[in-house]
Amino acid sequence: MNILVQALAKPSAVQADDAAPSPRRAYQRLLQQRLLLGLAMLAALALLLLIALGSGSYQLGPSAVAAALVAGPSPAEREQLVAAQVIWSLRLPRVIAALLAGASLGLAGAVLQGLLRNPLASPFTLGISQGAALGATCAIVLFDAGALHAVGTEAMTLQAPMSVVGLALAGGLGAAALILLIGTLRGLTPEAVVLAGIALGAFASAATMIVQYFASDTQAAATLFWTFGDLGRAGWSEVAWLAAALVAIGIWPLRAAWHYNALAWGDDLARGLGVSVARQRLIGTAAAAALAAITTAFLGVIGFIGLIAPHLIRLLIGGDQRFLLPFSALAGALILLGADTLARVLIAPVMLPVGAVTALLGAPLLLVLLLRQRR
Amino acid sequence: MLEIDRLSFSYARGTSSKAAGRHGASGPSCDVSADSAVGNGRPLLLDQLSLSVAPGELLAVLGPNGIGKSTLIKLIAGLLPCKQGRICIDTTNLSSLSRRERAQRIAYLPQMTETAQVTVFEAVLLGRLPHLGLQPSERDVAMVDTIIRELGLAALSGRRVSRLSGGELQKVVIARALVQEPRLLLLDEPVNHLDLRNQIAVLRNIQMLTRAHALITLVVLHDLNLALRFADRFLLLGPRAAVTTGRMEALASEAVGAAYGIEVIRGEVGGLPVMVPVVSAA
Repeated sequence: MNILVQALAKPSAVQADDAAPSPRRAYQRLLQQRLLLGLAMLAALALLLLIALGSGSYQLGPSAVAAALVAGPSPAEREQLVAAQVIWSLRLPRVIAALLAGASLGLAGAVLQGLLRNPLASPFTLGISQGAALGATCAIVLFDAGALHAVGTEAMTLQAPMSVVGLALAGGLGAAALILLIGTLRGLTPEAVVLAGIALGAFASAATMIVQYFASDTQAAATLFWTFGDLGRAGWSEVAWLAAALVAIGIWPLRAAWHYNALAWGDDLARGLGVSVARQRLIGTAAAAALAAITTAFLGVIGFIGLIAPHLIRLLIGGDQRFLLPFSALAGALILLGADTLARVLIAPVMLPVGAVTALLGAPLLLVLLLRQRR
Repeated sequence: MLEIDRLSFSYARGTSSKAAGRHGASGPSCDVSADSAVGNGRPLLLDQLSLSVAPGELLAVLGPNGIGKSTLIKLIAGLLPCKQGRICIDTTNLSSLSRRERAQRIAYLPQMTETAQVTVFEAVLLGRLPHLGLQPSERDVAMVDTIIRELGLAALSGRRVSRLSGGELQKVVIARALVQEPRLLLLDEPVNHLDLRNQIAVLRNIQMLTRAHALITLVVLHDLNLALRFADRFLLLGPRAAVTTGRMEALASEAVGAAYGIEVIRGEVGGLPVMVPVVSAA
């Protein structure tokens, strides 16, 4: 019997040794797979872009969209003028704003979840977005930074975008600082940190409403959309702001991805690997809060993108931050563009604010995540 | 050669190593001040500790809970500031090194609290961080490949670390420490929560690697018999900053008994030294 077991065991053991793939090659294959996933997401983004640009009350096929894009904002031929108008001044800024805002929020969520080692963290669940909205509202009402002009066209101008962005940044960073302080000093569990964040968010939302109560009619209309994020008011200048912020701020966490990988194993182990733990956590959280605050300053509170996108990517590729961070940005862009396109066509010609749509989709997901947290 | 020269350490009043690390709070709570020597009104954990360990030697750090074993390891790893005394590796004073330079010389394995959601290969590759540019080079990847094979982890290389057993995970963590190419290996209770078979497997691995790579290895252990079996030398920390160091003979039953505050008997079973606590009927 024993001999039989040995006879059976031996060749299989040898085989297993031979058949075991080279760890290095398996790793390189893994990297290739991830690269492919990244390319697939880029392709999906391009496709969704064409669909989003084509859909709306003035329907355009993919080829018409492409033709309008190639012809530029002021085409030579007259029959292309309407399409150029619709694509270049109405839909393109909105769609690109969706991409940039989604990427900003997805990246911010991934950074927060990694640095706080908290899968429930995101700009929205920690109250950072609401804090930024409060700041932007204060800028409009108290410092007269903007007003809703012609009510019919939904055009809004910010007389002083700098002060709106500045106060939104102050609100977002303030909320993040509070969360860091509460979470680190009191040593709260991840669930408790999110509870504190939700309390903070509710407080900021209530304060926003009180500030709105003292606003003039046009100011109140201008502040209203901070409650539910809306991509409709994005123009080319907003797009430029968002792009600059994403590039200038997003580079920091992306460069520190290896340090975030170390932090996932606990603070002590990261320190042993030479990581400056406090500095990384401070810089990273500030970067995430700034990204979310600038997005909120221009587009209002768009919830749950920062929560969903990193979760989706972690399910697909695991927790390696080198890939998790950029892919969460891509996923955020995909989700927000998808949600906004849905919001525009669902009960056309009415365009729902995308913040309401993401909240409707995201809130149940947060519930599921909370329930799964119980071990 | 690791040389520790007249190292003293005390926490500021009201803090302890467990309270200082924010996520360390999960460990057993302990009262440092109760039995320790008192200097300047503060509990003195280490008092003028001097010690040297040669390459290829495995030093077991022993002593009761809260006596400063983890603190000593953190001081050497540079996680706590070394204010009184000196710690040198090969005549380089550790406090003169940057974080990165220190991490290139010292691999520190804290008590395991969290794991990332990554594969075994990625977990080991993380050990190259102190040597890394922006991205790992061919050489980094090749080194990880070699060590994974050396520790017999090749078949697990693509598996998520969350799916590993405790013994396998400990191997992964040791593999990561090795790709760090350290001179000094610091392990804080590496065999806690492991079954007997894995305790022996892990410690044998550590002993073998210490000799093969001429590492200076310090291991915090609770099991005196495992220490007797695998360590070349011992550092026994006792109450009031009492210290016993030396080879096998230093671990006498009187010294151990005094450190832990219990009575122990040292003897031999099958030619192997053993140490057994005496438990009175009361």
